[in-house]
Amino acid sequence: MVVATTDTHRVIDTIWRIESAQLIAGLARIVRDVGRAEELAQDALVAALEQWPASGVPDNPGAWLMATAKRRAIDDVRRNAMLERKHEELARAVHSEQGASEPDLDAALDDEIGDDLLRLVFTACHPVLASEARVALTLRLLGGLTTDEIARAFLAPEPTIAQRIVRAKRTLADEHVPFEVPRGAGLAARLSSVLDVLYLIFNEGYAATAGDDWMRPALCEDALRLGRIVAELMPGEPEVHGLVALMEIQASRSRARVGPAGEPVLLFDQNRARWDRVLIGRGLAALERAERLGGAQGSFALQAAIAACHARARAPEETDWPRIAALYEALAQVSPSPVVELNRAVAFAMAFGPAVGLEIVDALHAENALADYHLLPSVRGDLLAKLGRFDEARVEFERAASLTRNARERRLLLERAEGRARGSAKL
Amino acid sequence: MRFMVMVKATKASEAGEMPDEKLLTAMGKFNEQLVKAGVMLAGEGLHPTSKGARVRFTGTQRTVVDGPFTETKELVAGFWLWQVKSKAEAIEWVKRCPNPHYEDSEIEIRQVFEAEDFGAELTPELREQEARLREQSAKLRKT
Repeated sequence: MVVATTDTHRVIDTIWRIESAQLIAGLARIVRDVGRAEELAQDALVAALEQWPASGVPDNPGAWLMATAKRRAIDDVRRNAMLERKHEELARAVHSEQGASEPDLDAALDDEIGDDLLRLVFTACHPVLASEARVALTLRLLGGLTTDEIARAFLAPEPTIAQRIVRAKRTLADEHVPFEVPRGAGLAARLSSVLDVLYLIFNEGYAATAGDDWMRPALCEDALRLGRIVAELMPGEPEVHGLVALMEIQASRSRARVGPAGEPVLLFDQNRARWDRVLIGRGLAALERAERLGGAQGSFALQAAIAACHARARAPEETDWPRIAALYEALAQVSPSPVVELNRAVAFAMAFGPAVGLEIVDALHAENALADYHLLPSVRGDLLAKLGRFDEARVEFERAASLTRNARERRLLLERAEGRARGSAKL
Repeated sequence: MRFMVMVKATKASEAGEMPDEKLLTAMGKFNEQLVKAGVMLAGEGLHPTSKGARVRFTGTQRTVVDGPFTETKELVAGFWLWQVKSKAEAIEWVKRCPNPHYEDSEIEIRQVFEAEDFGAELTPELREQEARLREQSAKLRKT
């Protein structure tokens, strides 16, 4: 029986992973409190853990969990309504005012599951929360991850993450954040907060290195899955598809971007045969969807379009640099930043020659932007070397080496500094 | 992790009988669930093996054998590629699939190798070889 129980527990874990977001979302609409909704969902899970090993897993486990949790949720609402009525009676007695009516339960129960899920997405990514709280809450409520899994993924102690989630839920309650999808003018900003959270999660996973706990790289899959879910919930929003496209195409390279010894392999040194064609296909399709919806100029869509240029090139030499340069030009308009500018410099150098790129880099240099960012002198050194200005290049490489915290990178940069020194001696 | 989920063939599917509207609707609904859950990466139905072929390898010899093939239950009639958290999740999703045929049939779940799975197999020599191949193909492309 021990084996059977363990099996049932594994099945319950899995069902939780599949159902929890919808469960919490549906309950949150009834009780209007994400924290309470999660508690109710957890209670239903505990009931399942108690009953299913003996009774067997029901045919529709999701519906069972929902029905169990809903009964308590409705009790909750009734109790609150009663409490409210008592308060109101008291208030009436004092102020002789008219009270509000009981919430319309049936109408609330009939609403669509998808809408609830979307409400949960927007609530978990609400701007009233700090960015790291949004990330933790999203993974917990929508990704179905345990606190321990989130902690391992973010290399943080479990109590820290647990605290963060508790505080986030309290903040949502204290600030009376409505459980709703923003409409009208507010939607764009709120949606961009959701997309930023997903991309943050993705990048956290993408930055993981070979020795890391597998929970870290798994964040890429979590972010992608959530992105795909949101894309289906908001099929008319081009930037959602832009983000999904960007993540699919970046994830397509994950097999090729780490070498045998766990060292990073740069884009142009990657074995393109190892790129995942299924993900590239999905990414290109998502990008097309974004563009068809008129979203080609969105920040994520532009980044995806750049990634797509690399994905389409069968070899580095086939890269369409003029198109990438044009896309960076557009990106610099939509979301200007020194890092975008630096990338634009590289693209322009590849498309139109090192002198053109150097002009952009020098402008950054003059503005004193990215002063402590090692890639600025590294790129500048590279462009100077290509123009034959080896003495200046050496200074830049040495400066870049002094700024990087990565030992492998520092060694590479110092090698380049020396190499250029020899090169200049030959001239 | 990713799983290849294969719907096995039946006499009817091998005879080229198309699923009826009821089954198509049920399957369509299931596919929609998979997409909405962010699980489905790809999925296709396959023609009967009478439209396929096999290439048999013996040493350096290759022999082409045209379909149809007889071992119906071992044949594949369609497949999905799913991204899920565990084998248990893949099984849970398969259990939610409507019965794909009106006869008894099976759906087989197989895990897809990921890069890290090759860790022990890909020895330094093999990697060296792979790197050399890469170099050669790069040279070939340049010429």
